Amino acid sequence: MNKIVKTVLAIAAIAAAFAGGAYLGRASKSDMVITSSAGGAEYSGGFKAEGEAAEKVKAAANAGSLKSVAGAPGPHSVVVKDGESILQAVKNAEPGTTIRVMPGTYSETVYIDKDNIRIIGVIEAGRRPVLDGKKQLNDAILYSGNNFVVENLEIRNYKGNGVMGQAGNNFEIRNNVIVDTGVYGIFPQLGQNGVVEHNVVSGIADAAIYVGMSDNVHVAHNEVFDSVAGIEIENSRHAIVENNYVHDNSGGLLAFVTPGLPIKTTQDVIFRHNFVVNNNTKNFGAPGSTVAGIPSGTGVLVMAADDVVIEGNVISGNKVAGVIVTDHGHAANITVDPESEPNSDRVRLLDNVMLNNGYETIPEGKALLLAEGKGGKNLDIIRVGPSPGSCIVNRHQYVTAGVGDFGECDFTHTANVSTYLLPPVPPRRSTSASAARSRSSASAAAATSTTAA
Amino acid sequence: MPSRRRGDELSIRSARPLLLACLLVIAAVAAAVTVTRAGMHPATKAGDGFVLSGRCPPSFELMAGGTCELRDRYQFYDSLQGRGVGGTRTSLPPHRDGFRPQQIDLGRYLFFDPILSGDGTQSCGSCHRPDRGFADGKPRSIGVHGRDAGRAAPTLWNVAFLQSFLWDARASSLEAQAPGPLFSPREMGNEPARLLRSLNDNATYRRLFRQAFPGSGDTITEADVYTALAAFQTTLISLNSRYDRYAHGYAAALNEREIAGLNVFRSFVARCAECHTPPLFTNGQVAVIGAPEPAGHPFDVGAEKTFDAIKLRGGFKVPTLRNIARTAPYMHSGAFGTLRETVAFYNKGRGNAVPPGETLYLHWHISSPDLTATELGLLVDFLQTLTDEAFTPEIPQRVPSGLPPLDNPKESRT
Ligand code: HEC
Ligand code: HEC
Repeated sequence: MNKIVKTVLAIAAIAAAFAGGAYLGRASKSDMVITSSAGGAEYSGGFKAEGEAAEKVKAAANAGSLKSVAGAPGPHSVVVKDGESILQAVKNAEPGTTIRVMPGTYSETVYIDKDNIRIIGVIEAGRRPVLDGKKQLNDAILYSGNNFVVENLEIRNYKGNGVMGQAGNNFEIRNNVIVDTGVYGIFPQLGQNGVVEHNVVSGIADAAIYVGMSDNVHVAHNEVFDSVAGIEIENSRHAIVENNYVHDNSGGLLAFVTPGLPIKTTQDVIFRHNFVVNNNTKNFGAPGSTVAGIPSGTGVLVMAADDVVIEGNVISGNKVAGVIVTDHGHAANITVDPESEPNSDRVRLLDNVMLNNGYETIPEGKALLLAEGKGGKNLDIIRVGPSPGSCIVNRHQYVTAGVGDFGECDFTHTANVSTYLLPPVPPRRSTSASAARSRSSASAAAATSTTAA
Repeated sequence: MPSRRRGDELSIRSARPLLLACLLVIAAVAAAVTVTRAGMHPATKAGDGFVLSGRCPPSFELMAGGTCELRDRYQFYDSLQGRGVGGTRTSLPPHRDGFRPQQIDLGRYLFFDPILSGDGTQSCGSCHRPDRGFADGKPRSIGVHGRDAGRAAPTLWNVAFLQSFLWDARASSLEAQAPGPLFSPREMGNEPARLLRSLNDNATYRRLFRQAFPGSGDTITEADVYTALAAFQTTLISLNSRYDRYAHGYAAALNEREIAGLNVFRSFVARCAECHTPPLFTNGQVAVIGAPEPAGHPFDVGAEKTFDAIKLRGGFKVPTLRNIARTAPYMHSGAFGTLRETVAFYNKGRGNAVPPGETLYLHWHISSPDLTATELGLLVDFLQTLTDEAFTPEIPQRVPSGLPPLDNPKESRT
């Protein structure tokens, strides 16, 4: 379980050599920079969607209305009752169909390989439609279609995933209760523009909510607990994770680059206003899985992800540390990838509430604290491995290790960034656009062949 | 005196075609019946009979500039960051095309001409045989002089879309890969000088290269050879299997069992699609999965050597599964004879074939999925739906050297 921070000891020895000088200076009052986050500078980085439609999305997000990215519901609608099959309804459905599922128990894998399908559970006096995999079925909902919406289901006892997307764009996964569905609870993969909100996910052997290789994703108002990882943003860009209640997992919020995947970067992630509480559950991740290396007791973990903003979270009771920032070099259980940049660049730690973290930290954390003259204290924030361009606001509030070279941040909030969502992105390019693209790759090839000739 | 010696060789060579021609007429008749033809190369006989086609192969469009560009239905779709991995309706990765039809057709002659090998016994097509999914049906290829090439010949279908080549990902372009088999003593056993000499000594090749590479001067160069071979290989397009028709929206293209197999394949229990990702059925990455060597063969370090990285020890490039039903035996070492055995390997547990004493950093998606026997059967059924050989190019009946285009024409045409 200590693998990720395994070589801290070696670093600690080096740090010890520098500690004296660096921290004498820091101790003097004149070095303490106190920043008020009320009315400070706003975030100038991050994804900027442009155009009229994008402005509408932003305005809607600011107004607090539901985040719709899948477009308006289509003209058709059918009802599936207890004893019938949701899958059969999907098979019969034209694109543009809303499938209303009545309370009852459905034991099936529902795959959706067409566009514009909505599966909407009908909750009657607290009774939801239940998809029960009986620990025999692999995945509950598996979609590759675009503009897919799934709401109000209860999903239990699958072996693979609760809801899994493979390349569908403009997805909305909302108001579902997902319990013990195997490896992931909700896992949109290789999609663009999606919302995961108001779900309650628990008992998952890897990440309860796992955004993998996806762009422009909004994860909000979910409760995730009793899982190895709470919410994981991996090899993805432009993600906002806000207002979630993330408790009693082994690790709470993660922003990772996992090497060896076809999408190489994690960039531009905002973790804000989440409750990240008591993530001390014993790590029951499968041997060899990336999350198996997370020390149980981790609040927020950033590994090799760039431009991660951590703002306004309540991070409490995580026994190893509130925030760990690290790189690939310190993670023993992951592979190498010459195309993946291993460091966490430009991590921005804005104001957060940190309480009672790091009270039972790993030996390496203790050693690093000791090296910085803070032996015996409870660790809030630890950084191991290079993290160039990173910054921290009001550092004096926390017990930190390894953030001595973090600068002050040039902004104090991201209130100006309401969403990274887009108007529905077209599932298909027009023929001319794709022809143009194919031509550009052709000319590159032609160039090579003429050079070779 | 070198010039006289060369003359002698020429006269010997020119005697050969006459003799072979009779045999080849018979072979050609057989071939016309049994070999799949796309009808792309109208051979208008002229002079020595070798004419380069001015037409693009099927699925390619001839552009105003005289080059061929690929057209396929996946170009209607998008993919995340343009990487060409995802689900059913996802665009393909960037590809190579834009060669002239003459370069493609010249590449076809070269590909099937044993003149490229040191002793004139092997062409590229000997190990990448059209009738075997452009693999060779052997656990490990056999080079000239009967030497074991060490690894299995991979398919060449859809190489236009690859960014790295060979099992251990050690080549980054088709042009960079080609000298490998040509000059390896375990494969074609040639030498650069000898290769260029034999091609430049051949009047037909000199004429054809001039036609294919008008700006290139009178002497055939190594670069031209590699370009022509790449031009040909990038036309081996297989994107219209029954699976593809399903993916584009024709649900009835797959039967119930095959769809169930697709769902096992892409499920997060089997996780096949995490590495063999549609639409190409490879994500183009290197993965350590711990497949065995056949008994008596030493451990193959694979990509550890390429990247000088211990964590990639035993790592191999994820192979495409298109036309997989045609390319048994399987894996870099040909360890498994059937798809069922291959699929069963993944089900025997993480690290089940790692030799004692080896420490491998197995990929995180290599798990112990505990698939049922039924599910294994469904997977195999699904893998059979990835077959599409409609654009199999025509094997030339004769090649400019006059040598037989495939080392064992009888076997290869069954
Ligand atoms: C003796 C049999 C043999 C001959 C002849 C041969 N190959 Fe291969 N080919 C192989 C083997 C074996 C490999 C895999 C080698 C490795 O990965 O180390 C391979 C790999 C390749 C690859 C890489 C495919 C991929 O998916 O990475 C290409 C391309 C290729 N060969 C093209 C050619 C061309 C062009 C020729 C003729 C110049 C040729 N081969 C001749 C056996 C052969
Ligand atoms: C972790 C990535 C990964 C996963 C997951 C994976 N494969 Fe593979 N697959 C590979 C690699 C790498 C090879 C080549 C290994 C070698 O040659 O040693 C391979 C080889 C194969 C081959 C042989 C291909 C050939 O041309 O010889 C087949 C068939 C295959 N896999 C099917 C599957 C199926 C079915 C599944 C799901 C049960 C699966 N794979 C899961 C990475 C993966």
